[in-house]
Amino acid sequence: MSDTDTQFALALDQVQFHWGGRDAFGLGVSSFRIRRGERVLLLGESGSGKSTLLSLICGINAPTRGSIRVDGTEMVTMRPAARDRFRAEAIGIVFQQFNLLPYASAVDNILLPLRFAPERRGRVGDAQNAALILTDALGLARDKMASSTADRLSVGQQQRVAVARALIGAPSLIVADEPTSALDAGSQANFLDLLFAQCSAAGSTLLMVSHDERLAPRFDRSVRMEDIATLTREGAA
Amino acid sequence: MILLRLALRSLIARRLTVGLTIFAVALSVALFLGVEKVRTGAKASFGDTISETDLIVGARSGSVQLLLYSVFRIGNATNNATWESYQDIAARPEVEWIVPISLGDSHRQFRVMGTTAEYFARYKYRGGRSLEFAEGRAFNDLFDAVIGADVAASLGYAIGDPLVVAHGLASFANHDNQPFRVTGILAKTGTPVDRTVVVSLEAIEAIHVDWQGGAQIPGQMTSPDEIRQMDLTPGAITAAMIGVKSRLQIFALQRSINQYPEEPLLAVLPGVALQELWGIVGIAETALIGVSAMVVATALLGMAAMIFSGLNERRREMAILRAVGARPLTIMGLLMLEAVLMALIAVLLGIALLYTGLWALRPYVDTAFGLYLPIEPLSSREGIVVIGVILAAALTSLFPALRAYRLSLSDGMTVRR
Repeated sequence: MSDTDTQFALALDQVQFHWGGRDAFGLGVSSFRIRRGERVLLLGESGSGKSTLLSLICGINAPTRGSIRVDGTEMVTMRPAARDRFRAEAIGIVFQQFNLLPYASAVDNILLPLRFAPERRGRVGDAQNAALILTDALGLARDKMASSTADRLSVGQQQRVAVARALIGAPSLIVADEPTSALDAGSQANFLDLLFAQCSAAGSTLLMVSHDERLAPRFDRSVRMEDIATLTREGAA
Repeated sequence: MILLRLALRSLIARRLTVGLTIFAVALSVALFLGVEKVRTGAKASFGDTISETDLIVGARSGSVQLLLYSVFRIGNATNNATWESYQDIAARPEVEWIVPISLGDSHRQFRVMGTTAEYFARYKYRGGRSLEFAEGRAFNDLFDAVIGADVAASLGYAIGDPLVVAHGLASFANHDNQPFRVTGILAKTGTPVDRTVVVSLEAIEAIHVDWQGGAQIPGQMTSPDEIRQMDLTPGAITAAMIGVKSRLQIFALQRSINQYPEEPLLAVLPGVALQELWGIVGIAETALIGVSAMVVATALLGMAAMIFSGLNERRREMAILRAVGARPLTIMGLLMLEAVLMALIAVLLGIALLYTGLWALRPYVDTAFGLYLPIEPLSSREGIVVIGVILAAALTSLFPALRAYRLSLSDGMTVRR
């Protein structure tokens, strides 16, 4: 493993992805790297291919060509099941909203990735306790975490539980897809503070996707989707 | 364990639809097992109708027919056996006891059977149980009658009540001038005996004194007192029950009766004839099992439909599971796990329903149909049925699970609608 490999939490090189079917399109990324511990904002409007890019980074889809390494590990050559396992081990994901299984308790939601990631599970120790320490740090009341189901929580609380789920067991990369857009302006700032603090505490790298440029100053670096990726429409358009 | 907990939580969250589905499967399972219980109960009580009788003898016909009219009081004898033949057989050294039966008359809707007093000691049912008198005693006098429990219950007869025998089975010609008197009421047996009026063999002769060729001789009216003076030895009997001294002699005796030179006779082993008869009745039994199996299949299909219809609104849930690292195969397994859990709960509920039903309906079924349903643990056959239902649930859930597999592959983490 060379220096360049271990230096980056995420490294995409010469990636080409082709999506067939009715609305066929292609996505190309020649080079996109995030250093360990960096906080990067990826700016892009809807339709800019960012969902596709995220699905490639998270190993849901595999590119037709190129290399995607998370924490120095090449994902492209993995078999699908191995990629799923690797995602569970190495990547925490926060969506825009509806992050949680509504019928499960917050704690069960937080513990869920550990079920698929034995190594991450091993790092945690007392998982229940680790989950509660995280929710404490995120300002969530303990009594609500184990007793009530996730759909009883407010949107803001749900987003914070999602952060706890992404961070438990300290995966190397956190991918957050518009995590603040369902929140009002006041809670947005507060949410980002908590997210940054917990990422630093866990030593995790953060890649956050948003269309909101006003968030840029808070990040180490912001990147525009169109600067790193080329999108080719095929078929009808 | 977290996946099992999630599956349970997910079911609880959708408790209304899940509950109804489970209830439908539970009802179908209870129905299936109920039919099975009734079937085995019916088969057992059918086989219990006559026991410890080694041979039944009658005029030559079919063995099932002989069994039907002599034991079940269904249908009629095409021919009688003569009294001489009866005496010849009775005199054979192998015969330990012999009880004649004479049929052909009725009282209201119930058959009248002429026999000897030995009948009450020799007729055995349900593994060797003897007839018992609920009230009164066996017949002594020529015009005494003993009635079965159902006869007493449905006609409201008590000891001492008069009873007029009709000629034939659905006839308006009554043997009015020879009224009988009820002297005994038998305890409930759950056999055709309950629906029989038993009189002496001589009584059957007595009521036919003024009859000839199936019609009353006009103007002739012999008084009961005159009849008592007459020789009432019967000319013929319908059938006879035989017990042999040694079971080894059954077949030899059967062969010699079947080859009796004076008259064509037939001797059957009740157990063998019962088997043969059950083989015929068994078609209905198979149909019943088939129908209840279809009900189970319908309920399981309903469950598959319910899982299918829920899939679309659960795509978000599947996307979350994918994001945290679940393989599409795991999601498929999770859906099947839910189906198996539902089936498991349904089966347990169905068994509970079955035993509650059995417990509640047993006295009624026993009195109304003479069918004794024992409350026993599930037989191994029923256990296999129960496991089969759970396996079938897993199998049917394979279809929605496969759809979920494909959806979660194409959706990934983002649900495209």
